[in-house]
Amino acid sequence: MTAKAIQWLDDRLGLSTLRKLADHKTVPIHSATRWYYFGGIALFLLGIQVITGTLLLFYYRPTVAEGFDSVRFLMTRVEFGWLIRSIHSWSANLLIFVAFVHMFSVVFTHAYRPPRELTWASGIVLLGLMLGFGFSGYLLPWNQISYFATKVGTDVAGSTPLVGAAIARILRGGDDVGAATLTRFFALHVMVLPMITGAFALLHILLVQKNGMSTPPWVAESSVRQIKFFPNFFLRELMVWYGALAVLGALAAIFPWELGQKADLFASAPNGIRPEWYFLAQFYTLKLIPSHVWVFEGELLGIAGFGALAAAWALLPVWGVNRAGQARVKLVSGAAVVLAVYLAVFSLLGYYK
Amino acid sequence: MRFVTIAVLLLPAALIAQTRDSCIQCHSSMDGEIQKPALLIKDDIHYANGLSCADCHGGDRTSDDPSVAMSPAKGFVGAPKRTAIPQFCARCHSDPNFMRRFKPQQRVDQFELYKTSVHGQRLAKGDENVATCIDCHSVHDIRAVKNPAAPVYPTHIPDTCGRCHADAQRMAKYGIPTDQLAQYRTSVHWADLKNGDLAAPTCASCHGNHGAKPPEVSSVAAVCGNCHVLFAQNYDKSVHAPIFSGAEGGGGCIVCHSNHGIHPPSTAMLAGPQAVCSKCHEPDTPGGKTAAEMAQWIDGLGAALNHSDAVLTQADQAGMEVSDAQEKLSDGREDLVKARLAMHLFEPEEMHKPIEAGMDVAAETLRAGQEALHEKNVRRIGLAISVFFIAVTVFAIWLLIRRLEVGGSGYIEPSSRNP
Amino acid sequence: MENRRSVLSWLLGGGVMASMASFLYPVIRFLNPPPVTEVAVNEVDAGKASDMKPNSGKIVRFGTKPAVLIRISDSEWRAFSAVCTHLNCTVQYRASKSDIFCACHGGTYNLNGQVVAGPPPKSLEEYAVNLRGDEVFISKKA
Repeated sequence: MTAKAIQWLDDRLGLSTLRKLADHKTVPIHSATRWYYFGGIALFLLGIQVITGTLLLFYYRPTVAEGFDSVRFLMTRVEFGWLIRSIHSWSANLLIFVAFVHMFSVVFTHAYRPPRELTWASGIVLLGLMLGFGFSGYLLPWNQISYFATKVGTDVAGSTPLVGAAIARILRGGDDVGAATLTRFFALHVMVLPMITGAFALLHILLVQKNGMSTPPWVAESSVRQIKFFPNFFLRELMVWYGALAVLGALAAIFPWELGQKADLFASAPNGIRPEWYFLAQFYTLKLIPSHVWVFEGELLGIAGFGALAAAWALLPVWGVNRAGQARVKLVSGAAVVLAVYLAVFSLLGYYK
Repeated sequence: MRFVTIAVLLLPAALIAQTRDSCIQCHSSMDGEIQKPALLIKDDIHYANGLSCADCHGGDRTSDDPSVAMSPAKGFVGAPKRTAIPQFCARCHSDPNFMRRFKPQQRVDQFELYKTSVHGQRLAKGDENVATCIDCHSVHDIRAVKNPAAPVYPTHIPDTCGRCHADAQRMAKYGIPTDQLAQYRTSVHWADLKNGDLAAPTCASCHGNHGAKPPEVSSVAAVCGNCHVLFAQNYDKSVHAPIFSGAEGGGGCIVCHSNHGIHPPSTAMLAGPQAVCSKCHEPDTPGGKTAAEMAQWIDGLGAALNHSDAVLTQADQAGMEVSDAQEKLSDGREDLVKARLAMHLFEPEEMHKPIEAGMDVAAETLRAGQEALHEKNVRRIGLAISVFFIAVTVFAIWLLIRRLEVGGSGYIEPSSRNP
Repeated sequence: MENRRSVLSWLLGGGVMASMASFLYPVIRFLNPPPVTEVAVNEVDAGKASDMKPNSGKIVRFGTKPAVLIRISDSEWRAFSAVCTHLNCTVQYRASKSDIFCACHGGTYNLNGQVVAGPPPKSLEEYAVNLRGDEVFISKKA
């Protein structure tokens, strides 16, 4: 029965060509093979976000008057509202974490080297988009923490040299974080960012299919065992994805996401206000920089520094690869270790101080 | 330019006029008692308003010659006799036209009030032991009442009155107790005052400040009733009002609550070994039974509300959303307040109404809390079920993989790959 | 061999179906709107204007908290949060004195919501009153 249905579809959609292509996809087996899972996990979590996000859209109201109350309604009155919302919040954090792990694993296995420079670049864009999702989504519940975190965040963005003030105004929809900001962030979060992410994710995945799975430099490509992607590796991926689902469910049930208190624009900032963990390292770095360094304003220097760092990181395939097209393994791995340690240490410092 | 020149020339004159206070200049360079006023006056509110020694004591402050500066011809009157101090201050402080220049809303009846007070009446008869203006307000460094360093700043008033009234030796000849300050220090009013509630009563709030006198027995409830309005109203309607009006040492509220050592009320006052009701009502009389019943009601409602609160907190900490019920709980606490208020009618039916309302709230919120805890368990069970199915599926996939890859199928060896 | 195969198929099929069901069940229940559909309270219908005489007040529910609606004259209306700023008791309109009174400790407010007597530390939050035809609506001020 199912065979007939598939044949019917194949005659009209040309599925068998896809099947042949899929059959060719293999995954090399070596010491770092386990890291290949992380891209897929990120994709899976992104799918979870789309589904839970769409469900939340059925009840969330993106206004100052009703934003908080609609989330409260979701958490208290809607059947399983607590589950959908908590999964959405937990999955968001897990997604960003997995994205970082995926990025670092790509760096340490040097998969950015030719011909995969564009895959790397699109990946960096995707990472930025994930952070944008996190930042815009964080405001939507309109509680005290989200309001003040957004205030701090847009203030920091506003201190970018030259374009800062314009950026801040466009982000906020005005001079202050308020109703206009909420509307904009909502538009960004449910339409603009998803569209851009869709495009870049598609590009990223197509490039991966086109260029195949990269083998690390210390593995001779010709002498490595391969495993077929369909069905073998994919079945394993399904196991991992199912496991991730179990983890999400457990987190949502045992540690449901907090409601917080409704944002009060006239209250003073809560003590110890800090951004979400994925912005903590930058936050703490900015706190450490003295207000004036030589002739420059400290914050300006910090932001310029982050910008330079991000640009350099995006250009990794340029400086991390020698003229012969080989990865500068020691240099890049060293830089990556420094970056990873900086992020970890400063995030912890930002959390505890 | 011309303006500047004139200003420059006039400036020394202005400065001289300001600093030309021979009283302070001479006295500050002396030793002992006569130096003190000159040093203290820097903190004085009169000095801050441009007044100085000569404005009270008379004399000529522009002269360096003591015989001129302190000559009676120039109006010098020196330090007034103790019994004449109030009139001395009243020369200005009872003159509305004079006071209007400095502070139009300042009262000018302090001297009149003082004359009606116990202190004023005794002073008029020649008793120099009693308080005069300077005993409470200090002299030469008189600070505004709202200045936290002033002896008449609310938190300092008990000490200021207590300087005499807690001194057993000093008060011996008057035959009044000296334990008021000690008692007051144990009271809830002092605790409130210390905590920064400047509206909390001090000695002056009930006894008056300038017209200080103990309130008569019949007016005690009126004094307490100034702040505790509804309690006084209820009490006045109750059976106790006429009965306690003739009580010794103060009637009304004081009978149960004491006057100076007022402690936070509790059901221990209604029933139990410290009960005030049992002073008149034997336990097996209708009155005694009512007292016990009222105590039970209050304790019962308090306990029920606390129990609901504990359950809701437990649910909240387990991650459940119970903010609605927690808000409702405050309605219950309001009912408890109303019940304690209604108690002062000493009429059980009146008190029972808010008690019942409060118990309903307690029951409702307890139910909400218990439902939330139950829901939490339901979620965990649902999670377990889901995780179980996921585990089964994962296990099945693993088995499938094993079956598919029998004999290494699905693997491509390096030697078989095309270079 | 066949037996093991079918056991595996059942296990796999059953596991997948069961787990899918455990995902879909909450989603379907989620999409089913709960009985109370109102989410936030920004505006409340406080009843008919013709039901209230001048110099009268009534308590209405505004979200989870009480509000007091006062008709001062034929055309003048006021509304405030009825939560006393002292210890959260519910206040009431006192027609005899044309003020707002709290029965718990005697806190008194004037018709601007400001404290005139008693222990309350702050004024009452004022709400906006709008008349649409004969219906009176109370809403939060912007």
